Amino acid sequence: MSTTTTTTPPRRQIPAHQGGLGYRAAAAVATPGGAVFVLAFGLLIATIIANPNFGEPDFVIRFFGRVAPIAIAAMGQYFVIVSGEFDLSMGAVVTAQVVMAGNLIGQDEGRILPVTCLMLLVGVGIGLLNGLATTLLKVPSFIVTLGMMLALAGLVRYLTGGAATGNPVDSFREIGRGEIEGVPFVEVIPYKLIIFLVLAAAAAWLMRRPFGRSLIAAGDNPDTAAHSGTSLWWLKTRAFIISSLSATVAGIILVGYAGVHPSVGQGYEFTAITAVVLGGVLLGGGRGWVLSAAAGAFALELLFTLLTVLEVESTWRDTVQGLIIIVAVAAAGRAWKVGRRPRRTQRSQGQAAAAAPTSSPESTPPSKGPNTGDN
Amino acid sequence: MNLLRGRTLTSTGIVYIVLLLAIVVGAILTATAGRNFFSQGNISSILTGTSILGFIAIGQTLVILIGSLDLSVPFVASLVSVLAAERMAGDPANVPMAVVVALAVAAVVGLANGLIVSVLGVHGFVATLGIGLVISGYLATNYQGNTGSAPRSFRLIGASQIGPVPVSTLIMLGCAVLAILMLRRTRVGHHIYAVGGNREVARLSGIRTQVPVIAAHLLCSLLAGLAGLLLLARLSVGSPTIGQQGGYDLMSIAAVVLGGTLLAGGKGNVLGTLAGVAIFAVMDNVMAAMEVNPFLKDVIRGVVIVAAVAVYARREIDRRPAPFERPSALDAALQEAR
Amino acid sequence: MPESTGPVPPEMLLRARGLSKSFAGHRVLDDVDLELRSGQVHGLVGENGAGKSTLMKLLAGVYTPDEGTIELGGEPVSFSHPLQAQHAGVSTVFQEFNLLPERSVAENVWLGREPRRRGFVDTSRMQADTADLLKDLGVTHIRPGQRVRSLSVAEQQIVEIAKAVSFDSRVIQMDEPTAALADHEVELLYGIIAGLTERGVGIVYVSHRLKEVFDLCDTITVLKDGQQVTTQPADELDDASLVRLMVGRPISTFFPDKVEGTEAGEPMLELRKAGNGYVDGIDLTLRAGEIVGISGLQGSGRTELLEAVFGVRPFTRGEMVLDGKSLRPRSPRHAIRSGLAMITEDRKATGLALNQTILDNTLGVVRAVFPRRTSTARREVPGILSSLDVSARAMDQEAQFLSGGNQQKVVLARWLTTHPRVVLMDEPTRGIDVGAKHAIYELMRALTAEGVCVLMVSSELPEVIGMSDRILVMRDGRLAGELPAGSDEEAVLQVATGVTTLSPTDKEPAR
Repeated sequence: MSTTTTTTPPRRQIPAHQGGLGYRAAAAVATPGGAVFVLAFGLLIATIIANPNFGEPDFVIRFFGRVAPIAIAAMGQYFVIVSGEFDLSMGAVVTAQVVMAGNLIGQDEGRILPVTCLMLLVGVGIGLLNGLATTLLKVPSFIVTLGMMLALAGLVRYLTGGAATGNPVDSFREIGRGEIEGVPFVEVIPYKLIIFLVLAAAAAWLMRRPFGRSLIAAGDNPDTAAHSGTSLWWLKTRAFIISSLSATVAGIILVGYAGVHPSVGQGYEFTAITAVVLGGVLLGGGRGWVLSAAAGAFALELLFTLLTVLEVESTWRDTVQGLIIIVAVAAAGRAWKVGRRPRRTQRSQGQAAAAAPTSSPESTPPSKGPNTGDN
Repeated sequence: MNLLRGRTLTSTGIVYIVLLLAIVVGAILTATAGRNFFSQGNISSILTGTSILGFIAIGQTLVILIGSLDLSVPFVASLVSVLAAERMAGDPANVPMAVVVALAVAAVVGLANGLIVSVLGVHGFVATLGIGLVISGYLATNYQGNTGSAPRSFRLIGASQIGPVPVSTLIMLGCAVLAILMLRRTRVGHHIYAVGGNREVARLSGIRTQVPVIAAHLLCSLLAGLAGLLLLARLSVGSPTIGQQGGYDLMSIAAVVLGGTLLAGGKGNVLGTLAGVAIFAVMDNVMAAMEVNPFLKDVIRGVVIVAAVAVYARREIDRRPAPFERPSALDAALQEAR
Repeated sequence: MPESTGPVPPEMLLRARGLSKSFAGHRVLDDVDLELRSGQVHGLVGENGAGKSTLMKLLAGVYTPDEGTIELGGEPVSFSHPLQAQHAGVSTVFQEFNLLPERSVAENVWLGREPRRRGFVDTSRMQADTADLLKDLGVTHIRPGQRVRSLSVAEQQIVEIAKAVSFDSRVIQMDEPTAALADHEVELLYGIIAGLTERGVGIVYVSHRLKEVFDLCDTITVLKDGQQVTTQPADELDDASLVRLMVGRPISTFFPDKVEGTEAGEPMLELRKAGNGYVDGIDLTLRAGEIVGISGLQGSGRTELLEAVFGVRPFTRGEMVLDGKSLRPRSPRHAIRSGLAMITEDRKATGLALNQTILDNTLGVVRAVFPRRTSTARREVPGILSSLDVSARAMDQEAQFLSGGNQQKVVLARWLTTHPRVVLMDEPTRGIDVGAKHAIYELMRALTAEGVCVLMVSSELPEVIGMSDRILVMRDGRLAGELPAGSDEEAVLQVATGVTTLSPTDKEPAR
């Protein structure tokens, strides 16, 4: 079947993008999802100015490594949030995986591979349960993942007796604390930073795939998605699986430098949600970029570091996090629309010029016509 | 599917049937463990278990009814407990002032929550999580450990009983009665349901929608403050982490939802919430009697919450009346499977 | 019917003069007068888009008129909020209900005005007052304490009317109150209206069903293209003359001719005695290269028929055959895989994801159902968009910033990328400009030239008549008849409103 289905002569092709690369970059920065990169960069500079030691390349790179697990968790949480749901079980998953690694691997190097596979499998299973209960049982994801969090945390403490146990073999912990040494300029590259970069690339790629685009469209308007033949249950379940897998990876990294303790991972879900929100991702779904969520994690940790450098007591961290999350959400809802509005406000004129002669004058509503703008 | 269930059975009715079942099953299980479920001591211990979560869950009901959430309640409870304990400093003469100041602070927190939700348009989840974190930071910075002390007269509130019924439970039930009265017999109460059910319809009916939102958050924080005072009476010292330890934020939401209130708002009532709280208390009591590992309790709680909401969600599926509907299991099944 | 109160004309309740209203430079209501006297029922009739709803909304305070005056009881008034109009005594029962399903009847009626005694809501008075209101309306089976969710559509309508009456309204407007009602429920409504007029209330009654208009109304105003055609006493008119006044507009939209060589081919989609909860006994055959229009009143089951074919609410009875193979889509996904496409009625609610870009919207269906074809489809997108003459700055512009017409074109493009064999269209040109309409008509012609068949639901009669090869008319969930291409609007309306029945036995296959 031919693609140009009408008999009329070929008309003006619509360009793929508005303006050039520079314009698009500027437009992206004007949205909350882009602004967070500027914020993160600004905070980095501010921290370096406040404490020049921080400017050493190896210092910065090690800091980035420390942020890696929370950034990975934030990216996982992003998939769930952008589809319009929540994953509160993330912290409990991190704890469960940390404890599992501690108890099952022990000092036997031969067990690293099978246990890691088992951990990933458990991650998939938890995500599957969360997803199916949300989509098929129609229980709000808030409640499902809350129940999962309670159950998982209880199970872990039950199995461990509530105390720290086990300690995986050092070669497994290397994943979280090892680094490539002797790298020119930056001196070291932590493995966890490499893991983060690989996963970030994979996440960015995934969001450009049909899966990612369908996910974000389903978060924007689930009814349209359902009418377009999207199988919402499988789509969202995959997002939940990605989320708990990312928590699993964060857990594997955390074992390396935080050790095994039932408190590792506590509050991870709220930190991840804060990072995602700071990255300009709209709660309720349909807007935001996955790398912005990671950038949100970096900005958040940089802010905490800056506060430390400025000798603000570390106990104020929560307060700062709380204020940020409120301000970010209040601002993001409004800022997205402004940032994504087409270049000229006198849009109708641009359109009239582009419109084919068959259009009557009625086809060009004024720039704030009733059928444009808000919905 | 739901044909057998009559229309006359309300959600609250179901919750109370579940509570009854829990009590029956609990009594049997307790008996197998060689104890008497209905002994005076056991009853009063169950009732004691309801009081603190009860206060918070009543407030949480109001907030959920209006379509919001309150995650800041445990922090408010902690804040109130340390503020009041500090001001009391063991002297009975200071009690009234301390209570007033602490509750006033709780009210301010609630007002802030309400304003952020209604005026800034931030979802309750984020607004109250944020405010909760703000308080948490304040507490962590200014209080390293337990502080102040409650005088004996104040501690009595937490300890005395009338028959098998603890005074604290009576106060909680009193608050519940007031909340029910407010929801049923005041305009604000009616408007809470209206705004939670459909904000646009409420607005078109001439309701100023911010007012009930702020009222609900304010009352929720106040009730969390009362829970904090009760915690202080029991502990006799103010603890900056007492609220968080109880996990009251998520447990209260779970109790409300278990009580048949719709998480999206507009439907539900305080009576159901009380039953939800009681179900948790009975479960805890029975599991303690059975000597279930305390950590397994959380597992069971988690499963119960999700299962209960799944059952309610089934009942909520309703469709436009179909003129040519012939009750067909296949049709229903296809609808479900979609 | 209200009785005449003697030689003295009843009191004038409402007088509107020279009302005009424009949207985006388009005049939807032009110099319309309306007078309503105490105890009268004033019928407003006209086709879709004739301006009935706009007129009602002007009187209800939803819109403010650009020109003209409204007088209530001789006093000029101007409303900026529906609440003001209600307090002044003008209430409106809209088609979409403004009720809270989880609250009781009494609580809904008095919402925002709960009676109080000593600071507390006087629930017993609220219940008693509601009971009185319902009793005055002659309704006994609705209890004030009943939850609105448990009421039927007709009963909910009554609650809306009771709410309108509770404002002590002198004027009550009703917008297609019977659209969703069954016959015996309509009787109930008649009784209520008679009771209201006896008490001196004036009623503005909008309906498509001519029988009702003649049963109820004293005076009838006919609107056409925003202009007042006539206002006459009902007894000077009959069905045929009324239909004639409503239709016969000058052809303002032009319909492209068939592409040469387009011919109806093999049967592509066949339904045999198909039905579900909303439609029943549907028999139809759709041939390749054919455009079949479905006409009928609001609530006659047109949309439901398309939804059943598309698997949104699957058929539970009968047979559906697609291209010679038996098929009963279980879900839209299943239907799309089988070569169906559906342009839904409400593009903002179910057609587009407004926060996504044009490109993402266009590829939405392919990505969801045929992810492997995405890159092929991606290459086709620029061609499809430009063939539809979508005017936008770029493909990465978000759909929400497009005009209605361009949004609709993006919806079409979304489905063209799947190369469907059967296209279901529900109100494909609702609320869009003439230029976009024309582009969509051309597309329909081009599709049929390639052997695609189109099943189109439309409320706009000229569109159905101008585009369809055959016209099917639905009534009360069943096919009421079939008319050939080029039938006149009068004939279609008569079948749709039940003035005439073409196929006396509903079971007869309409092919």
